[in-house]
Amino acid sequence: MRHFDYARADGTRAAIQAHGSDDEAAGYQTGGAAYLAGGTTLLDLVKLDVMQPDKIVDINGVALDEIERLDDGRLRIGAMVTNTALARDERVTADYAVLSQALLAGASTQLRNKATTGGNVMQRVRCPYFRDGVSDCNKREPGSGCAAIGGVNRSVHAVLGTSESCIATHPSDMCVAMAAIGATVEVEGPDGKREIDFAEFHLLPGDTPEQEHALKPGELITHVVLDAPMQNARSSYLKLRDRQSYQFALASSAVIVTLDGNTIRKARVALGGVGTKPWRAPEVEAALEGKQASEALFADVAKRAFDNATAYAHNAYKIPLGQQAIVRNLVDLTQSVDPTAA
Amino acid sequence: MSNDNRSDGTDGAKRGGIIGAGVPRIDGPDKLSGRANYAADNLPPNLSYAYGVFSTVASGTVSRLSVEEARQMPGVVDVFHHGHFPTLYRSPSSFAQGNKVEETRLPFEDERVYYEGQFVALVVADTFDNARAAARRVKVDYSAESAIANLEQGVQAHGTKKGSGNHARGDAAANFDGAAHTIDVTYRTPVETHNPMEMHASTAWWDDDHLTIFDASQGVVVARNALSKIFAMPPERITVHAPYIGSGFGSKLWTWPHAIATAAVSRELGRPVQLVVPRPQMFTTTGHRPETRQRLRLATDASGKLVSLRHESINTTSFTDQYVETCGSVTKSLYSCPNLTVSHETTRVNRGTPTSMRAPGAAPGLFALESAVDEMADAAGVDPLQFRLDNYAERDESQDLEFSSNHIVEATNRAAEKFGWANRNPEVGSMKDGREIVGYGMAACNWEAMKMACDARVSIRADGTAFASCATQDIGTGTYTIVAQTVSDVTGIPIDRVTVKLGDSSYPDGPVSGGSWATATTLPAIAKAARAALDEMKRYATGDNGAFADSEADALEVADGGLRSADGTQTSFADILKAARYGSADGEAHTDAADSEYSYRSFGAHFVEVRWDPGISRLRVARVFSAIDVGRVINETTARNQVEGAVVMGIGMGLFEATEYDERNARPVNNNYAEYLVPVHADQPEIDVILLDYPDTKFNEYGARGIGEIGITGLAAAVANAVHHATGKRIRELPITLDKLMEDVPQARSA
Ligand SMILES: Cc1cc2nc3c(=O)[nH]c(=O)nc-3n(C[C@H](O)[C@H](O)[C@H](O)COP(=O)(O)OP(=O)(O)OC[C@H]3O[C@@H](n4cnc5c(N)ncnc54)[C@H](O)[C@@H]3O)c2cc1C
Ligand code: SF4
Repeated sequence: MRHFDYARADGTRAAIQAHGSDDEAAGYQTGGAAYLAGGTTLLDLVKLDVMQPDKIVDINGVALDEIERLDDGRLRIGAMVTNTALARDERVTADYAVLSQALLAGASTQLRNKATTGGNVMQRVRCPYFRDGVSDCNKREPGSGCAAIGGVNRSVHAVLGTSESCIATHPSDMCVAMAAIGATVEVEGPDGKREIDFAEFHLLPGDTPEQEHALKPGELITHVVLDAPMQNARSSYLKLRDRQSYQFALASSAVIVTLDGNTIRKARVALGGVGTKPWRAPEVEAALEGKQASEALFADVAKRAFDNATAYAHNAYKIPLGQQAIVRNLVDLTQSVDPTAA
Repeated sequence: MSNDNRSDGTDGAKRGGIIGAGVPRIDGPDKLSGRANYAADNLPPNLSYAYGVFSTVASGTVSRLSVEEARQMPGVVDVFHHGHFPTLYRSPSSFAQGNKVEETRLPFEDERVYYEGQFVALVVADTFDNARAAARRVKVDYSAESAIANLEQGVQAHGTKKGSGNHARGDAAANFDGAAHTIDVTYRTPVETHNPMEMHASTAWWDDDHLTIFDASQGVVVARNALSKIFAMPPERITVHAPYIGSGFGSKLWTWPHAIATAAVSRELGRPVQLVVPRPQMFTTTGHRPETRQRLRLATDASGKLVSLRHESINTTSFTDQYVETCGSVTKSLYSCPNLTVSHETTRVNRGTPTSMRAPGAAPGLFALESAVDEMADAAGVDPLQFRLDNYAERDESQDLEFSSNHIVEATNRAAEKFGWANRNPEVGSMKDGREIVGYGMAACNWEAMKMACDARVSIRADGTAFASCATQDIGTGTYTIVAQTVSDVTGIPIDRVTVKLGDSSYPDGPVSGGSWATATTLPAIAKAARAALDEMKRYATGDNGAFADSEADALEVADGGLRSADGTQTSFADILKAARYGSADGEAHTDAADSEYSYRSFGAHFVEVRWDPGISRLRVARVFSAIDVGRVINETTARNQVEGAVVMGIGMGLFEATEYDERNARPVNNNYAEYLVPVHADQPEIDVILLDYPDTKFNEYGARGIGEIGITGLAAAVANAVHHATGKRIRELPITLDKLMEDVPQARSA
C-alpha cells in the first residue's frame, strides 16, 4: 500500500479541517484527501492502487450514527449509521420497507456491518476496467477512453444514462430505494452547511465521468434525510441477479405505491443495475397514477422506462430484465392484501 | 445400503467398524483454532516479502524495464527481472519421472510475454506492503503484439494441433450416414478458474545449500523433484512442506513460476522470502480449465441403440506448453457403441498454461456428451433415463476389458426412484408450480479409478500411540483422517492415539493429491506398513525376554491394542516394547501402481430439478439427487462432503462460472471473488447423495476407488437437460445464464 497521512477526527469540524479542500475532486484519484468511513470501498480501491489519496481522514469517531425522526415526519440518518443498523431500524422497517430490503439485498453481512450510509452513497463503480488500474478509463484517467465500450459489458454496465465517455452502473441498492423515497443529502464543508436534493446528488457521466457527485472539495456528508413516508403506502425492493446473493444487481426496482381499491393513487419507481445513477423513472410513475392495477398495465408502462435505453454488446438483456423487475414488483405490491406484508 | 458383498479388506485385523464410519476430521481442531500452518503462515526470522510485477499486455516483449524508482522505495531489498536473475534449468516435466511442471518456461527466462499477468519482475522488500508499493513503481514498456484472445481466434490464426488420448474403433463415419436417428451438435465451455480460498503461496529459505520451501502444493514429492531439476541439485537437498492446503482443485498439483522464483531469489539474497500470488494473478499464472469446443455426432438405430458416436474436442492451450483437456476420456467407455471416435486437438492462445481442474476432461466432456445423449434420446423418441439404461456399456469396449466393478444401472435406478423421475411429464414446460416452471434432468457421471505406487511408514510406540507418515497431502479432503482410520483398523489402536504426518517430501514417497487416487494409493501402503510394524512387534514379543518368548509369532493375534496368544494371554503393545526395551516397532512398505487386468472406473448418476421463473428470468437449481458407485466408502462424512461439494461446484459450472476475457487484448476481466461467480449459500439446493458402497477388491484391498472428482462430472449436463425440459431451450454453451434463456432480448445498439 502507498504511504499516506492518517488523521482521526472526533467531530465534523475537525474532520473537515483535517481534510481541507485543496483536492480537486474530493479524494478521487491521485493525491488529495479522502474520508474513511467503513472502508469497504475506499480501502479496496487503495489496495488496488486505483484511489491514491495522500491523506485519509478517519471519521469513525465523528458522532454521526443516530437516526432521528424530525418533526415534519422525515427521517434523518447519520452518515455513519451502518447499513446493518439502518436496515434493522424499526422506523425503517415500518415506514420504508423498500429501503430495509434494498440494504439487505446488498453485499454480504460482514460488508453491511462495516458499510455506512454516507459511504454507500459515495461508493464507486464496479466496472472492471476502472478497477484494473490499467485499461483506458475516462473515470480513472479523464480523456483516456472507455474500455468497457467494445469490451466485456454484461453485468455492471448500464443501458440508461450512458454516454460515449462512460457506461458504468451506479452499483448501490440503498440509493435506488432512497431515489424512490425521495431524500435530501445534508453536507458540511469548509464553507458551511448546505442541502442537496438526492435526485441531484449523483451526476450523469456525460463527458465528465470523473465527476460523480455534487459534493464540493472537502465537503462531508453528515446526514441523509428521507422524505416523510407516504400514508398507507406499500413498498418493496426486487433485485435480479445471476446468483441469489452477494452480487450487484443486474436489474432491480424500488417501488412504492398507494392504492385506493384497485386504483393506483401514487407511485414511486426507481431502478438499479441499469442506470449510470440511481434511476428514478417518473414517466413510469405518471403512467401508473390513477390507473387500475393490472399486469397488462404494468407491462406497458415498464417499457417506457427504457424508451431511451442504449444496449451495449453484452447487456441488451437488461432492457427486458429491468422491465420484469418493475412488473413483478408492482404485481406483488398491488396484489398483496396486507400493505405491510410487502 | 447394499453392503451385501462387503469384503473384509485387511487380513488379520478385525474391522472394528472404523473403516466406513463417519469419523470427524482429525485436523479439524487445528484448522478451526488457527493452529494449522498454511504456506504463508510460516514467518521465519529475517523474512522478506516478494511481490510480482505482472505484464499488462498478453503478447509481445518487454522493451524497457526501469527499476530505479522502485529501488528507492522504503524497505526494498532487490528487484529481479530478466536482466537480473540467476540461471536456472528447465524440468523435463515428465509425469513418469515425477518432475512434472505445467508451465515449463522458467520465470524471467527471456523478454517474451505470452499472457497477461505473467511475471516480468519481482520486488523483494522488508514488508509485504513495501514490496507491493515498490512493485507498482517498476515501469515496464512493452512492444505489444496482437493477442490471440480465445479459441475461435486461435483456430482462425493458426489452426489446431493433435492432442493425446485419442481413440477409434469401428467406422463411425460410415455408420452415421443413413442411420435411423442422428444428431450433430457443438458445445462450448469457457475458461474456469480454480479459485481455492488459500491463494498460491511459497515461503522459502536456504541453509547450507539445503532448500526448504513451504508451498501450497498438492504434490510435495513431485515439487521437490521438479525443483531438483530446476536448481540442478540432488533431491535430498530439497524439502518441500505442505502440511495444510486451503484446497487446490488441481491448481496446486504442479509447481508454478512463483514458487521457482521465490526459491531462486531467496538463494540470491541469502534470506527467507515469501510470496503470495495476488487473487487477480490466480487467474493468469497458476493454471485454469481451458476453453473447449466439442462437436458431438451420434446416431442410433430405429430402436434407439447407439450405432455411431464421435466426440471431437478442441481446447485452448498456451504458447509455451500443450495442455490437452481430454474431453472424450469418458466417452470411450461409458456407452456401448461399436463405431466410435474420440479426438482431442489444441489451439494456442495468449493465456497462461491451463492445468487440471477437478475432473479434467470429464467435467467439460460429460457436459457435452450427456447433453448430447439427451438430444439423441429426444431425436430417437426415447425417455432419457431409458435411453441410458439401454446403452450403458457392460464392459470397457475401448480397452476390451471387464470393469472391475460397475453398478451404474443400480445407481441410476436408485437415484431416479428417490428423486421421483417417474413423475416427470416429458412434455417441455409442462410441469408448473405457481410462477415457476419445473424441469427435471439427469446425467450419468463417471471417472477413472487410478492407483499409483506409494511408500509409507508406521510406528507403534512404547507410549501406546501410533505414528504414520507419507509424503502425500491432505488438501482439505480428509486424507489425515482416513490414514488414521487405516492405522487404527490394522493395529486396533484407537484413532485418538494415532498421529499422522503428511505433506513433507522427506517422508516416504507418496502420491500427488489429484486424480481421486490418493485414497486408493495411500491406504494400502499405510496398511502394509502397519502390518510390517505388527510383524516387528511380534518378533520383539517372541524374542529373548519377550512378553511371549515361548510363542511363535504366527500364533499371536492382534487384539485390543496388543497381542494375544492362543491361550488367551494378552499383553499391550506398550508392555511388549517395554519388555524388549524398544521405543517403537516400525514398519515401512511399498505398494505398486494398479495393474491393467480390469478397467477400473467409478460410476453414478445425477438427477436435477431446476425452477425457471420466466416473469423475472430467475433460474435456480432446487434439488440434486445423486447415487455414486466409488467402491468402498472409507469415511462416510468426508466422502459425502466430497460429493456434495462437487455437486455445488457443478452447479457453479452449470450456471455461473466463466473467466471472461476481453477479446481485444486477451485480458481476464472478472478476476476477483466478487465478479467471478461461484455458488453462494443462497444458491444451495436440497442435495441427497446415495453412496452405493460396493467394495472393489479387485482394485485394492480396501476396495476404495476415490471420490474427489466424480461428483462434478455430468452435473452441468443434468442441469442443462433440466433447463431444456423446463424452457425448451437447449443451451450448448456454459454457463447457462439468464440472458441465454430470455425471450425478446433486443439487438445491441452499440458495442
Ligand atoms: C465485494 C463487495 C460486494 C458489494 N456488494 C454490494 C451490493 O450488492 N449492493 C450495494 O449496494 N453495495 C455493495 N457493495 C458496496 C458497499 O455497499 C459499499 O462499499 C459501502 O456501502 C461503502 O461504505 P463504506 O462506509 O465502507 O465507505 P468507505 O469505503 O469508507 O468510503 C467510500 C467513499 O466514500 C467517501 N466517504 C465515506 N463517507 C463519507 C462521508 N460521510 N462524506 C463524504 N464522503 C464520504 C470515502 O472517502 C470514499 O471515497 C459491495 C462491496 C463489496 C466490496
Ligand atoms: S464504463 Fe466508465 S468506469 Fe468503465 S471503463 Fe468506461 S469510463 Fe471507465
